[in-house]
Amino acid sequence: MELHVNNSTYEVDVEPEMPLLWVIRDILNLKGTKFACGIAQCGACTVHIDGEPVRSCSYPVFAAEGKLITTIEGLSADASHPVQQAWIKHQVPQCGYCQSGQIMAAVSLLNKKPRPTDADINAAMTNICRCGTYKRIRDAIHDVAGSNAEFYQA
Amino acid sequence: MNKPATNLSRRKFLITSTAISGGFALGLQIPGTSAQQEGQGNNINIWVEIHADDAVTIKYARTEMGQGSLTSAPQLVADELDADWNQVTIEYVDVNEHIRNDRQWGAMVTVGSQTIRLSQDYLRRAGASARAMLVAAAAQAWDVPAEEIAVANGTISHEASGHRSGFGAMAELAATMPVPETVNLKDPADWHIIGQPFPRVDIPASVDGSQVYGIDAELPGMVYAAVAQCPVFGGTVRSFDASRARDRRGIIDIFGIDDGLALVVVADNWWRAKQALDEISIDWDTKGNENVSNESIKAFFQKNLDAPDGAPMPNNAGDADAAIAEADQVIEADYYTPYLSHSPMEPMGATVHIQEDRVDVWTSTQAPVASLTSVAEALGIPEEDVYLHRVQAGGGFGRRGGSTDYSRQAALVAQAMPLGTPVKLLWTREEDMQHDFYRPLAMYRIKAGLDADGYIKGWRARVASGSILNQMRGVPLSNGFDGISCEGFTRLPYQIEDQFQDFRQCATHVPLGFWRTVGWSQTPFAREQFIDELAAAAGEDPYYFRLKHMAEDELSRHILEKVAEAIGWDEAPPKGHFRGIATTEPYGSFTAAVVELSVNDAGVINIHRVIQGIDPGHVVNPDNVKAQLEGATVWAISAAMWGEITIEEGRVQESNFHNYRLMRLAEMPVMETVLAPTGGFWGGVGEPGQAPILPALCNAIYAATGTRVRSLPLQHHGFTLA
Ligand code: FES
Ligand code: FES
Repeated sequence: MELHVNNSTYEVDVEPEMPLLWVIRDILNLKGTKFACGIAQCGACTVHIDGEPVRSCSYPVFAAEGKLITTIEGLSADASHPVQQAWIKHQVPQCGYCQSGQIMAAVSLLNKKPRPTDADINAAMTNICRCGTYKRIRDAIHDVAGSNAEFYQA
Repeated sequence: MNKPATNLSRRKFLITSTAISGGFALGLQIPGTSAQQEGQGNNINIWVEIHADDAVTIKYARTEMGQGSLTSAPQLVADELDADWNQVTIEYVDVNEHIRNDRQWGAMVTVGSQTIRLSQDYLRRAGASARAMLVAAAAQAWDVPAEEIAVANGTISHEASGHRSGFGAMAELAATMPVPETVNLKDPADWHIIGQPFPRVDIPASVDGSQVYGIDAELPGMVYAAVAQCPVFGGTVRSFDASRARDRRGIIDIFGIDDGLALVVVADNWWRAKQALDEISIDWDTKGNENVSNESIKAFFQKNLDAPDGAPMPNNAGDADAAIAEADQVIEADYYTPYLSHSPMEPMGATVHIQEDRVDVWTSTQAPVASLTSVAEALGIPEEDVYLHRVQAGGGFGRRGGSTDYSRQAALVAQAMPLGTPVKLLWTREEDMQHDFYRPLAMYRIKAGLDADGYIKGWRARVASGSILNQMRGVPLSNGFDGISCEGFTRLPYQIEDQFQDFRQCATHVPLGFWRTVGWSQTPFAREQFIDELAAAAGEDPYYFRLKHMAEDELSRHILEKVAEAIGWDEAPPKGHFRGIATTEPYGSFTAAVVELSVNDAGVINIHRVIQGIDPGHVVNPDNVKAQLEGATVWAISAAMWGEITIEEGRVQESNFHNYRLMRLAEMPVMETVLAPTGGFWGGVGEPGQAPILPALCNAIYAATGTRVRSLPLQHHGFTLA
């Protein structure tokens, strides 16, 4: 089947029910998308399909056929995407393992709502970070949006 | 390389310098390493390299797993060197070279919040020694007295003669200079790199997917292994039926390893291996542990809580019973903390590639030497032939510190494959959660008296807990006492003349391990709540009640005052808000916290503010310390609200994040960090932040509801988090 990933087209021969995550990581060898739970709980495996955030560990590859798949590697060629830059500015990552997924979720939120409220952020950012970087994720998203981070001005 | 020049400094550091092409490298043997003990001086351990092009390379021996010391440890070297931070690059120490050189880089493990506090002295000495040799070289080249030479931001200069030079131009000559007898370390007032919030060097790779973790190893011809271990700890495969699984696409082999401790499916793709594994019916020999349950474990711990004798703690003093007998009031309470799983986001796994003359290993580990050794042992080959590649760990929190189960398994699978076949072994989340080395379950009983003036008179405490040292590491306990399980009790910040505390080890078949903040992750739940119980019985404010018992403990008082000041303790909180406070002394640091919250009639907790304070003595990278406190708060709240690993029929009931809940962003409270370094000592920062949060939270819940929560998690008491 044909997959469109990060502006490239790949021909892959896999079982249709293989989760997109394993195709991306082990067949296409794009390692930035991570495996952590395998059951759509944590979001470490988040990619975009036609711009929508999808937990690729629980998304069969056949459903992605013909659609535009974007992984963390496809966000920018040089980490220049504003969300990536904000992540560096706010020193968000700790171990970093969840952050590809966090960034993909944040980009999708900001694409839809350029000035998200705290409630918008709460609703969209449901990925787990075991290192506990949530405060900085929120700060970085507000920074990108240029909105007021009133939530943190206690 | 030239033959190294060596010298023994006053503090018994054997300093070594070597010429490298156009530059020089400097190392120092660390007291306590095997080479130092044997008096050998010919092997080299390099901590800093100065290159002809002015580049400075600083070596890092520990692991980066989010705690930030890949950046902060080199800051210590660079400061004493008076380098420009921009000319510094950081490289991991090669583990194989470490093994071949008599383990001269000292401790490589990343545990116990130790990296800064236990290596700061030799890292700063390495920087200062390299600086001294550059100065000596410049003095010779310019024919001026060394004392008149200044070094700042990577430039060596002599004001009177107008000479100036970068490090690179002097490096070759510096390599021929005698190694200094002694070096003076800077006064903290002169630090210009230590104490700066430099961005962490590993962060850019974490935002574009290029950070490499153990799970990301990729080699030509690689095969993948999925594993199943007996759900009842210690059980083995009696028999299995893989008839359906074998015919699935991509399956290469199915077999048991390690005398049946695990069943393995090897395939050309990990998902295929895992799918096949799910189709195999396995008959497990559960070795008699199939009836162990949380109830049976709790009953066993309860017996130990009630038993007359325990192993006494070293700080016992006076006559606790007599003091309690004379007290005005006597308070007693029992507390319970459950087993917990580490659950770092990156699951366990390792890649092993066996070739004729060498074995290569990629794995996320906090203990690279132990991981390397586990592979050598599994394969029965010398450690010198094993090459362990350093990668970032996707969280460690203690799970990857010396527990070498997964690297051993990968080696055994690779051994079973045709020579030269790289094997990537990966656990599922379920396998990780059900085969962890858990934070021990523990029970605490504390009893104390109060006199008419509200002072504590007599204190008795019993700790009934597992011993990680004994059970996981096989370390025999001296007189049955384990100080790690009793952290928080072995040195009370409160002045109590008569105290008697003891420990009883409770061993079950549940594997135990070091879990972020270890004993300090649970003992403060009992100790700091009990102090609140005493304050309530005395009718006193819990903050001032603590202070009045801390007259002799200046540092504990200091950090407690800082957090109280930050929240404005003396002013009443907004209507409906309540506060809890707690203080702790973990890993060489002092941490205290205030939690402000409200609780509605349905038990929904709304945390409005968390103040988290630390005095680590010296702060190397303030932004990183803040990040660690923020993360530790999330960690503690997850454990408090939902954390429990439950045993039924000998096995763990929780399996993934749907039934082992972790905090999410929407639940993150407003949090303020207070860095209050008082200087003069070096404490840890990765773990200490967690210690006071749990009791501060529970003390606030008591203030809000009158309910004293003596067992965790809070979800069992009808509480939820807004
Ligand atoms: S790995 Fe896909 S949601 Fe966790
Ligand atoms: S940064 Fe480690 S899990 Fe999020």
